[in-house]
Amino acid sequence: MAAHSTAALTADDFKGPGDTPVFVDTHGKHHPEGGTMLGFWLYLMSDCLIFAALFAVYAVLGRNYAAGPSPKDLFDLKLVALNTSMLLFSSITYGFAMLEMEKEKRGRMQLWLAVTGLFGLCFIGLELYEFQHLIHEGATPQRSAFLSAFFTLVGTHGLHVSLGIVWLVILMVQVQMRGLGDENKRRLMCLSMFWHFLDVVWIGVFTFVYLMGVL
Amino acid sequence: MSVASEDLHTRGSGREVHEEPGGHGSFRGYMTGFLLSVVLTAIPFWLVMSDVLGSPRLTGIVVMGFAVVQIVVHMVYFLHMNTKSEGGWTILALIFTLTLVLITLVGSVWVMYHLDTNMMPADHGMHMPAAESVPVEPGTAAPPPHQHQH
Amino acid sequence: MFSNPDLQKLLFGRLTLDAVPLHEPILLITFAMVGLGGLAVLGGLTYFRLWGPLWRDWFTSVDHKKIGIMYIVLALVMLLRGFADALMMRAQQAMAFGPNEGYLPPHHYDQIFTAHGVIMIFFVAMPLVTGLMNFVVPLQIGARDVAFPFLNNFSFWMTVAGAVTVMASLFVGEFARTGWLAYPPLSGPAMSPGVGVDYYIWALQIAGIGTLLSGINLIATIVKMRAPGMGMMRMPIFTWTALCTNILIVAAFPILTAVLAMLSLDRYVGTHFFSNDLGGNPMMYVNLIWIWGHPEVYILILPAFGVFSEITATFSRKRLFGYASMVYATVVITILSYLVWLHHFFTMGSGASVNSFFGITTMIISIPTGAKIFNWLFTMYKGRIDFDVPMLWTVGFMVTFTVGGMTGVLLAVPPADFVLHNSLFLIAHFHNVIIGGVLFGMLAGITYWFPKAFGYKLDAFWGKMSFWFWLTGFWFAFMPLYILGLMGVTRRVQHFDDPSLQIWFVIAAFGAFLILLGIASFIVTLVVSFLKREELRDLTGDPWNGRTLEWATSSPPPDYNFAFTPVVHDHDAWWDMKKRGYVRPVSGFSKIHMPRGTATGLILGMISIVFSFAMIWYIWWLAALTFAALVVVTIGHTFNYARDFYIHADEVVRTENARTALLAERV
Repeated sequence: MAAHSTAALTADDFKGPGDTPVFVDTHGKHHPEGGTMLGFWLYLMSDCLIFAALFAVYAVLGRNYAAGPSPKDLFDLKLVALNTSMLLFSSITYGFAMLEMEKEKRGRMQLWLAVTGLFGLCFIGLELYEFQHLIHEGATPQRSAFLSAFFTLVGTHGLHVSLGIVWLVILMVQVQMRGLGDENKRRLMCLSMFWHFLDVVWIGVFTFVYLMGVL
Repeated sequence: MSVASEDLHTRGSGREVHEEPGGHGSFRGYMTGFLLSVVLTAIPFWLVMSDVLGSPRLTGIVVMGFAVVQIVVHMVYFLHMNTKSEGGWTILALIFTLTLVLITLVGSVWVMYHLDTNMMPADHGMHMPAAESVPVEPGTAAPPPHQHQH
Repeated sequence: MFSNPDLQKLLFGRLTLDAVPLHEPILLITFAMVGLGGLAVLGGLTYFRLWGPLWRDWFTSVDHKKIGIMYIVLALVMLLRGFADALMMRAQQAMAFGPNEGYLPPHHYDQIFTAHGVIMIFFVAMPLVTGLMNFVVPLQIGARDVAFPFLNNFSFWMTVAGAVTVMASLFVGEFARTGWLAYPPLSGPAMSPGVGVDYYIWALQIAGIGTLLSGINLIATIVKMRAPGMGMMRMPIFTWTALCTNILIVAAFPILTAVLAMLSLDRYVGTHFFSNDLGGNPMMYVNLIWIWGHPEVYILILPAFGVFSEITATFSRKRLFGYASMVYATVVITILSYLVWLHHFFTMGSGASVNSFFGITTMIISIPTGAKIFNWLFTMYKGRIDFDVPMLWTVGFMVTFTVGGMTGVLLAVPPADFVLHNSLFLIAHFHNVIIGGVLFGMLAGITYWFPKAFGYKLDAFWGKMSFWFWLTGFWFAFMPLYILGLMGVTRRVQHFDDPSLQIWFVIAAFGAFLILLGIASFIVTLVVSFLKREELRDLTGDPWNGRTLEWATSSPPPDYNFAFTPVVHDHDAWWDMKKRGYVRPVSGFSKIHMPRGTATGLILGMISIVFSFAMIWYIWWLAALTFAALVVVTIGHTFNYARDFYIHADEVVRTENARTALLAERV
């Protein structure tokens, strides 16, 4: 049965014999919908506003180099392109995992999840390499407002990806332990939204910070 | 949707969860989204790295345009956004959030840009002799709100 | 203490015995009072063997009604602290003229005005609002609990953790001396190197997590769990305002989180977001924090508008005038509240174009608010008004709030604001709307829903005493501030030279004393009502002849709220049921599916307190340890899949039969 048929009950669904109004659901027809997916989406929206604040700070302070290095001196677009591709691949592999989940193929789903996690790790590794390189060159977060804003914006995204990887591992364990029940499926859907949401934020980051930075 | 069949027979039940998580993707959908996003990522990188358009301003606008399109692609093919999921509440929340993101970004830039032009004329740099020569007024003067104690 | 300073630093960070203010008599007395009071409470709990019930039925409960009540208790306790700060400020300003330096040194006075603002907004007004919404909303929409019951409990304990962190600053170290929004560069590492601002940051960050999650929770509840038949335009107005408030919470609090995180980075890591050097810009902090701060104002006031709407309709015995316009006004305020933030800092110098835009939007937002006032007036018009205590608060609100609103429109005019910015006129204005609006609203709401929560009404005589003391006290306390503000007196000043100003401050202090009597009367109300509870008992569940669904169940409601989910035909659903001959079903009950209580929220909250304390005092090993503990407990919680249980049908039958018998007895 489709869930929405219970969700969309109106007062008319409770008509008594003749025209007598029915005021209580004595037959247990009403089932409130689960709010998890909506709730998680709302969380993502709030996260989106955290990033909005960080982007706003980057937009306002991003040209304040304080006589220090500028994006042109620092950014290596080839590295960023490689990094971006890692995230893109991880998105499609997470998608494949979800398709396997729908087909109830647990083993293959786990495999795709593992691949997704590896791509995520590569992304984080490359980002850490970039940060380490910048700091080694003296372009530390303390050097200028531009670098403070850069490290915080990109670092916050990186923290989210790291959190996503931890979550991914936990879910793989839970799926292994308890199989693909409704509860675990719901969790996998939430992580899916989280993962793809981070992709969207990254589009903003590579366009606004890296590409437009070196223009 | 697999709803535990017991729930359907539980009279007066209050908290059974009936989840209809978004629209599910299909292999075709995911591949379309992936290919589109590869193209939409590659072009702006190429435009910037090879300086194809010659004008930074134009390149910036074009690159931003690509980003917007790619975000829409991700929303549709990966996040499965549509007007029907969760009774339209997700799309409503998204539109509301994007409006606020826009207000925050554009508002901050606008406000701070005007602050900079008004308060720090580029010609004079940081020197503001006029401000320095204003005498501090005695009389009703109260101590400043902050005391440097430590 | 230790001969090796390195070891001491490793173990205790910058915490030393000097941090305990043994040399400050005021703090020492406070500490002794709090300690004795705390011991008395603990002793009482042990003597009356209340620990078990308290733990089982309250602390670990995920019942939205219990959590709502606990939020309100927290708010009332913090109100006493925040009001003590207010009294101290009023006393200081009433005496510190000319040669008299008063009794509070500047560095203490500065902490007090900061703590007063932070506590009143974050730990009094917010928990009152959240608590009331938590208690009322599920009942009003005919639901059995909120969408995420565990998160609800967790949110509450995070709010408590924030409050405890603020209170700890009183006895260990100091609080911020920056004003309630901690503007940099004053709050930056150079100007405020102590622990004060760190206490501020961590208290707000931890409480902010709770606020955000409870916002998400209540939106999902309202969207997903309404009783059948309750379309959007059949929701009670309080539920509407709760929805809009929670939307504002979810959309605004992330900005606060982000901006405070950046301030922390400036302080802990040495970045340059809001510093004066190396490209930082302090005004960006002001800009961002008001993008949160202005919606916050509406987060507080919208639920109060909802309370007044319910009360006006109930006590005028009429349908609310202009239900649809009330809904639209609420939605318009929700959106417009994001377009006015700059009016808090017109004087920054963004120039004519920016200032006039924000001045005009500010004036526009007063229109839907005005429309609401007219709706309430028209609801009362030709109604059979019953001036019971909740209605008194409502009428007091209408008069007081209108004045506050008009002075707000005055401040919306940029040139006028240039004169009045940061003056006592501003202080008078926002107290006028926050006390006259939010606080009156919450006290009205508490009086109105108290019988629902506890099964007996509040004593009307002492309730009226409280109302009249609050109302007159408010006018005495803040009208002088308007006058002083117009004369150019600025806020946050510890001592004055000009003796001609003193009389106004003395009048204001008298007003604060009247408010003290108002608060005392409120406490007396609670005590007297408890003693007279048999006399004031509400057996019907509908003591005010109410209109909305919460009055359809017993007082207090059973754990499951409604044995059968109600079916809604009208936005005054209960009124409609009463008018059209609803008969309460007395048989056919079955088992009910409910969420299970858990201590995880409380444990996470307590660990968060230790974590924030370790971060504030640079005790890095403890911070790392508690952070790891937070992660482990959180992950551990996700491995718990058994989160619900069934209330057995027999128990439901027993509860409902008891109510049937009670109702029969009355008739």
